[in-house]
Amino acid sequence: MSSPTPTSSLADFAADLVSGRITVIDLTQTLSADFPTIALPPEFGQCAPFRLEEISRYDARGPAWYWNNFSCGEHTGTHYDAPIHWVSGKDFPNNTVDTIPADKFIAPAVVIDCSRETAANHDFVLTRSVLEAWEAAHGPIPAGCWVLLRTDWSKRSGAAYANMKEDGAHTPGPDPEAVRFLVEERDVLGFGTETIGTDAGQAHHFTPPYPAHFYMHGKGRYGLQCLSNLDKLPATGAVIVSPPLKIQGGSGSPLRVLALVAS
Amino acid sequence: MIPPKRKNPLLRTRAALQPPAARSRTALGITAAAARGGFALQVCAACQAVQYPPREICGTCLHDGLAWRAVPPEGTLIAATTIRVTADPYFRERTPWRTGMVAMDAGPAVIAHLPAGVAQGDRVRLAQKLDRAGQGAMVALPLAQPGDLLDDPMMREMTCDPKDRRVLVTDGRHAVGQDVARAMLAAGARVWLGVAETWRPFAAVEGAETIELDLTDADSVHRCAASHGGRLEIVVNTGLHTRPGGILERGDLTTARVEMEAAYFGPMRLAQAIGPALRARAADGTHPACAWVNVLSVYALANLPSWGAYSASQSAALSLSQALRADLRPIRVVNALIGPLDDEWHQAVPPPKLAPAALASAIVKALRDGVEEVAVGDVAQDILARFRDDPKILERELAS
Amino acid sequence: MTKPTRRGYDGIVVAAPTTIPYERYSIHGAQRWIGQALAAALKRAGLRPADLDGFCCSSFSLGLDTAIGLTQHFGISPRWLDHIPMGGASAIVALRRAARAVQAGDADIVACVAGDTNHPDSFRQQLTGFSRFSTDAVYPYGAGGPNMSFALLTDAYMRTYGATREDFGRICVSQRTNALSTPHALMKRPLTMAQYLAARPIADPVALFDCVMPCAGAEAFLVMRDDTARALNLPSARLLSTIERHNAFAADPIQLRGGWAVDRDELYGMAGVAPADIDLLETYDDYPVIVMMQFEDLGFCAKGEGPAFVRAHDLTARGDFPHNTSGGQLSVGQAGAAGGHLGLVEAIRQLTGETLGAKVADAKVAMASGFGMINYDRGLCSGAAILGVDG
Ligand SMILES: [Zn+2]
Repeated sequence: MSSPTPTSSLADFAADLVSGRITVIDLTQTLSADFPTIALPPEFGQCAPFRLEEISRYDARGPAWYWNNFSCGEHTGTHYDAPIHWVSGKDFPNNTVDTIPADKFIAPAVVIDCSRETAANHDFVLTRSVLEAWEAAHGPIPAGCWVLLRTDWSKRSGAAYANMKEDGAHTPGPDPEAVRFLVEERDVLGFGTETIGTDAGQAHHFTPPYPAHFYMHGKGRYGLQCLSNLDKLPATGAVIVSPPLKIQGGSGSPLRVLALVAS
Repeated sequence: MIPPKRKNPLLRTRAALQPPAARSRTALGITAAAARGGFALQVCAACQAVQYPPREICGTCLHDGLAWRAVPPEGTLIAATTIRVTADPYFRERTPWRTGMVAMDAGPAVIAHLPAGVAQGDRVRLAQKLDRAGQGAMVALPLAQPGDLLDDPMMREMTCDPKDRRVLVTDGRHAVGQDVARAMLAAGARVWLGVAETWRPFAAVEGAETIELDLTDADSVHRCAASHGGRLEIVVNTGLHTRPGGILERGDLTTARVEMEAAYFGPMRLAQAIGPALRARAADGTHPACAWVNVLSVYALANLPSWGAYSASQSAALSLSQALRADLRPIRVVNALIGPLDDEWHQAVPPPKLAPAALASAIVKALRDGVEEVAVGDVAQDILARFRDDPKILERELAS
Repeated sequence: MTKPTRRGYDGIVVAAPTTIPYERYSIHGAQRWIGQALAAALKRAGLRPADLDGFCCSSFSLGLDTAIGLTQHFGISPRWLDHIPMGGASAIVALRRAARAVQAGDADIVACVAGDTNHPDSFRQQLTGFSRFSTDAVYPYGAGGPNMSFALLTDAYMRTYGATREDFGRICVSQRTNALSTPHALMKRPLTMAQYLAARPIADPVALFDCVMPCAGAEAFLVMRDDTARALNLPSARLLSTIERHNAFAADPIQLRGGWAVDRDELYGMAGVAPADIDLLETYDDYPVIVMMQFEDLGFCAKGEGPAFVRAHDLTARGDFPHNTSGGQLSVGQAGAAGGHLGLVEAIRQLTGETLGAKVADAKVAMASGFGMINYDRGLCSGAAILGVDG
């Protein structure tokens, strides 16, 4: 018995991958111990940084093999936010990483390039008017797609990446109105950033605080953080592959994020 | 004082031998006194005769009740010798070595190590010091101690003066680490100050060299060991992750795990990475590697339930220090036991609270004195005294 | 209550002085050295092992063995057995016990044997576990061993009584002279005072020629009744008196005198002689300061007059105060516990006319003394015996 013949478009897709007509771009930061994690006031519970402990390395602990144990939080490194992560999304069905339908893990993306604005202003705020200006240039943001905020923040590292001052982190992010526009008027799948969070470093001063978390998860949408290589993506046309680890009841997970782009 | 000459890097590093370590269990009373910086001999409960060498039965009245007591340490040096030939490899490398006989005012005649300068007929003060085997030894010191006593070759074997030594202080994010770094610099040491998560803001300490070091990260620890492990003489592990909270009150393990990482796993990682090199350099030149210092809560001895998980992490750290003490020998493992620090985490705790600078001074003094346990501040001393009196009573006191 | 007079040693003699020539190092066990000495003593007396009914042994290097293990090892079946762990005092103590056993009829012939082997690391190993007090309070202090302990005693003695190194040198140099005619002495070259004074320092003020050389060797003698000796046609010396004392003068902060000073009147009184009657003296000589103390404490001069005494006398075998006539341990070597037997065996030889080297002319009364066990800061055991010619 022969296998079902693939649809012609999937066969084309496979052929395009093999031939290089589709390029795969890795949007993931390397998981390492010194990659910054979200910083909360010390009396709160803390997200664990990534840690690697060697089990054996061709030695007495295991003569022919090398392997490690690792530990980290669900929100360490390049990671996925499920709706249950935020209190506003706690009551949705299928709101944990193990229950989110698998078809949500492959989706188109639009890229809003604010790298120039961010270079001039670390506290750059993505507003509805910025989004409308983008739509004027590229057309409406389609429903069901990822909206990725390009800031080139991923080109920074260490202290410049965390960019912490006496009054907290100073990193770009959306304001409440922009997030509501994306969720309520454009029905996007989720929102992704290059910074440690989907929200701006000073987003606790917004109303509501942390609007990307509040409204995205409050409508059952998803988040991606600590992305890189967004500068290699077109404004429209990329497809994002982003399946998180299937952690039972998990609120998120570190993951490998890939973009498929027409060469 | 001229800094020590640089070592010829082509010469073999001398192996770290130890002086004879065997002692009877009874004689460990001297080791215990020396470890705490005290001076104690057995005194007969029946006839008050002061005993030496340590006995199980009074040498005056045959009574079996001999208790270690602080006794007047003064005496007269009635004979002295300079040993030039010895059967023991450790001492063979250190000859000429002076010893003498001290007739104590308290009665016994005591064979003691002698620094240069004390002569027959001199009045002396006996001290009990830990030797490089970690065992208590009698040392006869001049009544008026010369300022350079710690530079005497014999005293250098008994103590860990930071002067002209290279010191790693593990946690430069904490006020304790910063003040220890300053105190070490003031004591004449070169200081490397570890800072974790350098992506977060931190304040450097002037004169200390900041290095990236996160004891919770194996890779960071190995990088530190690779670049500094072969040139450290003293490690001061100031890793304190102090958080209040009882076991039930907290309800989870997240903070407890961080506490254990800071107090137990982190220092264990550092010891595994740096300890072998440190130990291997314990006889390297005139300023060999000599000490590993831990800052520990005195509630390691008995749990303070309102800080229950933190206390437990400190007990783990205390136990780790005891294991390291055996493993690292002849490196001296020094525990500085502290009560509440005058910091934000003890905001609601009434005074007395320990100033980090006072703790730092006490650590330098402990190294100079050559002790392996020091309780710093009123609270730590109080808890330690209660612990020695009766651990079970202390447990109940802390739980009420 | 008056103290009863000690019973004399009437009819008790010592005989068959035996030495197994010393070796610096030996690959053999102490059992072999002790067995060789026992065999040689029996052979000298014309006895078979089965004839022996008393055995007394001293050694530091028998490992787990004591005298009882040696009975099976040697195939002897004594009815009286003793093991004496008193180092340099063992010979005198063995003699005292054996004499009373023979006198009481508990044994007829007792062999008193001491011997030790010596390997290159024996000395250090013996030091590390010598005694509990030494492990706790001496060895960790420079591990100088007896050199350090006697350096402290010598230092204190010199400062207290004004002795000079040259005074100690007189003892060492004259003993070397005596040793030159002793066939088995390990030191075979003459020693001058200049050489003595210029010697390598070991633990100030003790220098090389103040120290004995540890070696392997064994010494033995037999204790029996005079009629037994006559029946065996064996030359013997009479036992006239003995003393033994342990841990004397415990309150002295440092040892400037030994237990002999407590008991010496009894020693002379029992023998019915005075110091001037002693024709030769065999002291325990692990360091010359102890020799000088024995001159004083055994009554040959007053306390503190040891230096003047050695300046005033010729201590060689042919001198006016024959002392350590075979060369003593300082020149023959210290074969462990046999070091205490060396002097007593030599005293017997001088009285029975069996000397191996220099002979003291017309020797009729000899004294041998013992000293041992630096348990902590001082030698704890002291003893002495006076012997007279038989007949
Ligand atoms: Zn008593």
